[in-house]
Amino acid sequence: MRISSTFVISLRALRRNIMRSALTALGMIIGVAAVIAMVSIGNGAKNQIESQIASLGQNVIIVFPGSSTSGGTRGGWGSSSSLTPEDAHAIVREVPGVVAASPEIRDRSQVLANGSNWNTQIQGESPEYLSIRAWELDDGAMFTERDVKAFSKVAIIGRTVANQLFINEDPVGQTLRIRNIPFKILGVLKPKGFNFFGQDQDDVVIIPYTSHLKRVARRQQLNSIIVQAVTPEAIPQIQQGITDLLQQRRKGREPDFTVRNQIELAEAATATSNTMTSLLGAIAGVSLIVGGIGIMNIMLVSVTERTREIGIRMSIGAHGSEILLQFLTEAVLISALGGTIGIALGITASEIMSQVNGWPTLISPTAIVMSFAVSAAVGVFFGYYPARKAAQLDPIEALRYE
Amino acid sequence: MSSVVQLQNIHKVYDSGEVKVHAVRDVSLEISTGEFMAVMGASGSGKSTLMNLIGCLDRPTEGSYHLDGVNIADLDRNELADLRNQKLGFVFQGFNLLSRTTALENVELPMFYGQKQVSTKVMRERAMHSLDIVGLTDRAGHFPSQLSGGQQQRVAIARALVNEPQILVADEPTGNLDSKTSVEILGVFQKLNDAGITILMVTHELDIAQFCKRNLIMRDGRVVSNELVAQRSEAPVEMQRLLKAEAEAKLTEMT
Repeated sequence: MRISSTFVISLRALRRNIMRSALTALGMIIGVAAVIAMVSIGNGAKNQIESQIASLGQNVIIVFPGSSTSGGTRGGWGSSSSLTPEDAHAIVREVPGVVAASPEIRDRSQVLANGSNWNTQIQGESPEYLSIRAWELDDGAMFTERDVKAFSKVAIIGRTVANQLFINEDPVGQTLRIRNIPFKILGVLKPKGFNFFGQDQDDVVIIPYTSHLKRVARRQQLNSIIVQAVTPEAIPQIQQGITDLLQQRRKGREPDFTVRNQIELAEAATATSNTMTSLLGAIAGVSLIVGGIGIMNIMLVSVTERTREIGIRMSIGAHGSEILLQFLTEAVLISALGGTIGIALGITASEIMSQVNGWPTLISPTAIVMSFAVSAAVGVFFGYYPARKAAQLDPIEALRYE
Repeated sequence: MSSVVQLQNIHKVYDSGEVKVHAVRDVSLEISTGEFMAVMGASGSGKSTLMNLIGCLDRPTEGSYHLDGVNIADLDRNELADLRNQKLGFVFQGFNLLSRTTALENVELPMFYGQKQVSTKVMRERAMHSLDIVGLTDRAGHFPSQLSGGQQQRVAIARALVNEPQILVADEPTGNLDSKTSVEILGVFQKLNDAGITILMVTHELDIAQFCKRNLIMRDGRVVSNELVAQRSEAPVEMQRLLKAEAEAKLTEMT
């Protein structure tokens, strides 16, 4: 088989019908560009959600209180509120692989400072909270274990709170009043943005959990315990360890807590965007097939129109297989060329969409490789039938064809 | 002289369903190397079928055919194609050049299907040499649509020659040409024949057949006459006569 000559022959044949080749390739171009643009939109959305999930922190496991039943009425999750700071200490102490845990109390309250006021979330945490959430301070310092032990009236505030209460002023060192209790501001957090439930994570005041329990919330139970695992791989094992430990601490009572990890949360959130990506990809894939059928159409017409040419080629010694290869190569060249241009166009289109509409797009190398492979495969698949038809022509009949 | 073509009791029957057409009946024929033979006959006499058989485009229903010692009955479709590529050169009535393809690329075409891989450079050289034989080197870059009928046919001859075939098979090569251009083409054929190439030419014009060495006449699928040409026309002489006649015609017109 003389493959390199067939390649030259096919190139010459395509060049002779440059307009038709270009129009046929257009079908492929649109198909591939659509696939790449659609998948990059889908991926962009997914990526955004994933980065929001990642903003939760590193290898995070969260323990929520369970439901309680009183007099036959079953409360929902969180109604039992039986988690205590001692549970959190026990988790750090006894479950292997746990790096840190922070007892969490959340409450909304009006805060006053600087002659202004603002309603925000007051969160009680341990000093490890920032490292668990992979959160850094912009200014100042985090409160310490000593502050926790001493029920200190100290706080660090989120960027939103800082902006609302201290315009053009340094909040560090100033005083903030929560339920009329003065708290000294030790630091300001770096902005973290919205989480995937749409909440502003920077609209927060963080104080030691002990201070919160004693002075602000005035109760004993926690809203949750946030735990950091040493590695992502250790999460399932640690999750089980926490479950066993808490169960043991409750001495055979009905489990009144639930342990969730970040991955479960992430999976739930990305499921939707995965569905969307596949849907968009599938619709674009249809246009790829339509492009392929376009190629088959043109190749079939081309075989009929070029019957005489095929006859000439056969009379001067072309094998059937070489005619087949020529037409197949033409089809594949068209679709591969269309695919390449389509990739460029798809990338450009998704860039433009993210620039103009502000949609997050992420060009996926997989989509590029896949759509190129598919376009070449489409060329082979839809080029084969017309090519075989050409190869089976009888040279005498083909020569006589008008 | 050795025979390059040996046909023995060749039959060709076309079976198109209801009617069987017996196109060639019991033809035995030998063509020796260096021959220049015209195959003549009315339409339907089987001359084209005979040409297709000799040109290895078709296979006989019955009988045996040896081309250059090879029995073509033993060959499959691809081997026949290789045989056509290496040992035969075709010239058609309708020229059959690839349109929108330069003369040079048309001439290069058979080398793409050769069994030996030829480099682009060698291909170009050989194609140019072929075009030189037919006197068209200055038209190498032209498309068929930019060439006259005679020039197109000369490109077709150059294409037939490029693989240095044993036999040149020409099917009514002058059928679409005027008399002056026909003589021109026949001049090319005579020159090639003088250089040792065997030529087989189908024609239905007697004066064209006079340029050949031997005339074969067919009727109803049989060979009815196979004779040497007594008074062979020479292309340069005929060309002179034509030009003279033309000049005279012009003179009479003017007076």
